[in-house]
Amino acid sequence: MSLEEPQPESTYVTDERVDYDALESLLGAHVLGRETHLNAEAFVIRPDEVQDVLTLLRDEAGFDYLSCVTAQEYEDRYESIYHLKKYADPTQEVGVVVPVPRDDPVSETATPVYKTAGWHEREAYDLVGIEYEGHPDLRRILLPETWQGHPLGLDYDQDKPQIVPYREHVNPIEGDYRDADSDTMFLNIGPHHPATHGVLHLKTVLDGEQVVDVDPDIGYLHRCEEQMCQSSTYRHQIMPYPDRWDYAPGGLMNEWAYARAVEDLADIEVPEYAQVIRTMGAELCRMCSHMLALGTFCLDIYGDFTAIFMYAMRDREKIQSILEDLTGQRMMFNYLRLGGVAWDLPEPREEFFEKTRDFLEDLPVATQEYHDLITSNEIFQIRTVGTGVLPPEAAKQYGATGPVVRASGVDYDVRRDDPYGYYDELDWEVAVEHGCDNYSRLLVRMREVEQSAKIVEQCIDLLEEWPEDEREIQSNVPRTLKPDPDTEVYRAVEAAKGELGIYMRSDGTAKPARFKIRSPCFSNLSTLGEMAEGEYVADLIASLGSLDIILGEVDR
Amino acid sequence: MSSEKSPRQSIIEGKPAQTKTRDARMGEGVDNRFNSPLREAFGTSPFILTKFDQFLNWCRGSSMFMLQFGIACCSLEMMHTYAVKHDLDRFGSGVPRASPRQADTIIIPGTIVSKFAPRMKRVYDQMAEPKFVVNMGSCAISGGPFQEGYNVVKGAEEVIPVDIHVPGCPPRPEALVYGVVKLQERIANGESSPVVVKPYELEPFGDLEQDEVVEKLANQLDEDDLVMRYNWADSP
Repeated sequence: MSLEEPQPESTYVTDERVDYDALESLLGAHVLGRETHLNAEAFVIRPDEVQDVLTLLRDEAGFDYLSCVTAQEYEDRYESIYHLKKYADPTQEVGVVVPVPRDDPVSETATPVYKTAGWHEREAYDLVGIEYEGHPDLRRILLPETWQGHPLGLDYDQDKPQIVPYREHVNPIEGDYRDADSDTMFLNIGPHHPATHGVLHLKTVLDGEQVVDVDPDIGYLHRCEEQMCQSSTYRHQIMPYPDRWDYAPGGLMNEWAYARAVEDLADIEVPEYAQVIRTMGAELCRMCSHMLALGTFCLDIYGDFTAIFMYAMRDREKIQSILEDLTGQRMMFNYLRLGGVAWDLPEPREEFFEKTRDFLEDLPVATQEYHDLITSNEIFQIRTVGTGVLPPEAAKQYGATGPVVRASGVDYDVRRDDPYGYYDELDWEVAVEHGCDNYSRLLVRMREVEQSAKIVEQCIDLLEEWPEDEREIQSNVPRTLKPDPDTEVYRAVEAAKGELGIYMRSDGTAKPARFKIRSPCFSNLSTLGEMAEGEYVADLIASLGSLDIILGEVDR
Repeated sequence: MSSEKSPRQSIIEGKPAQTKTRDARMGEGVDNRFNSPLREAFGTSPFILTKFDQFLNWCRGSSMFMLQFGIACCSLEMMHTYAVKHDLDRFGSGVPRASPRQADTIIIPGTIVSKFAPRMKRVYDQMAEPKFVVNMGSCAISGGPFQEGYNVVKGAEEVIPVDIHVPGCPPRPEALVYGVVKLQERIANGESSPVVVKPYELEPFGDLEQDEVVEKLANQLDEDDLVMRYNWADSP
């Protein structure tokens, strides 16, 4: 960032906070009303002026990042909420609320302004039932195309039978590609395929060996996470579900996303000691997660269960063993609690510290091993340098976050830019690369592992020094949590794959009325077409591996 | 004539077999490698008598080829089971095959949802007989924590027959190893599991009973299209 010229202070920002009154006068007659969400103010607008409003906010006020689109149904209306942020400073947020009547739920699409809206609106159409006028491709995205009804709508009957077809896919551009003699081939990759990292289906059209069209077909692991969370109570029942979104395991980071949102919603304090434990646990998870990304990426490139995969698994085993000591589980931790963590470090503490330090001491050796095997390997470089290029502007348009956007040169990390936990007290750096290619994405992850190690080391020092009578792991939280009715919040944390956001609306009961998960993998995966079209099909596989998607989080 | 041996007797009690050629070929002392010290200790002959089926089942159980099949969270623990530390290959079943045509055991590691069940059924159908199924984790057993979801099939057994269930969310690698070893035992004993639930089948759309949903979809689907019909209300 230091090489870039300092940006002039926008007229819509005072003291690094968004000046909502200035924004309101910018939007002028578009604004029908204002709402206050806990994270930001929101403007209510007409359903046929969505593009005008978003274009103004993007071009004039600098909101270049559409973080999430939440759709929900009320007794009397449907509502889409566009959560806007800035890549330069994610604490500057604004919401755009678009209500539509129940009998005619049609709203203008935002896809021409932010490409990422394309997938988000498809999901809103699929699950809630709002139609987006002018959307280039409004199909169901998570559920099968023959599904009846919209399951997150209020009047959905879950017991009705459904029919799911299993039929041959057709070449979507057969006939209109070039001329009658052109020879395109339709290729199904997945949903059961070793290179798709789970149950992803890529409808690919090839011209020779080059990809002319790729359409990721997701939803093969859509297990109704939002419905499950909406039917569980805040206090204890929701916490196990986040573990199962990003199961790489990003468990503690996911739990933190939920904890952070609900702690804002219900105004819960977290003791500092618990924040340090959370920070340490989350960074251990990040390392574990990046190790998997590294191992499977090389599995995709080299194509066999060889040394690198096994080495990565070996290091994962070590981390999982530490996490097991801390939380009691290898993967599904369920360790964070609202207002703290479940229990203190395992006794004897010295043993735990020693074990973790041993691992951290061995890590530089392991990292060097990876560099010898992977990044300095000529074959690997030929396969990854300059392939799967994602320019920064495209990355921003698709709402990419995490290592994907940082490898495209965008210096964006929620841990630093919108600090939570103990991150702003610690000494670490955000890893950024400017190559925009598959190689850079791997490098960013490898550098992040080193940074995470640095954070864990500092946390351990802190925990070791912490006076015994101040080791408070949990603040006082009511047994049944009932946040004030009609409170809305959207909060994000930096998970291993990028920005993991939670939108919640309370209705005064012990369960959330709407629980929306903004998954980083979902947005990151939508960049695949940008990276792969025009490239060789082998590079499509490499690009997919470099995105490091976890289907549980894509489909939720 | 009685003192002379009959041809038959001369074979049984006659001179030792001539091994000149074999000895010349092998040189001295090397023939031991053909003799298992274990067999010598038992003092048995080099041949065993067993039932052919039993022998074959033992072979089957001792050399299983798994399908490389990842669905959800459990597949991570499955990978750890294959990889270093737990190393399923110690039990003769650690080489996952990418194609169902080459595999004879499928581990179901995750939640089955409506869109995936027909594909899983097809993958299972493509495996060569005899084939075995290990259910890994609560989701594959019953839908697990997502059982009440609108989109979740309540266990893999609704779609395909299952031999072994390994409970856990997710099961530890040790548990999966135990499940696989149990399956090997069952195969070696020639046991197989009955299909206890009427599975959801892939059937032509034209064969379905006419009702509201079928009518609605009549213009979207052909008579010959294969479909899977979920009767959610009937699911246990």
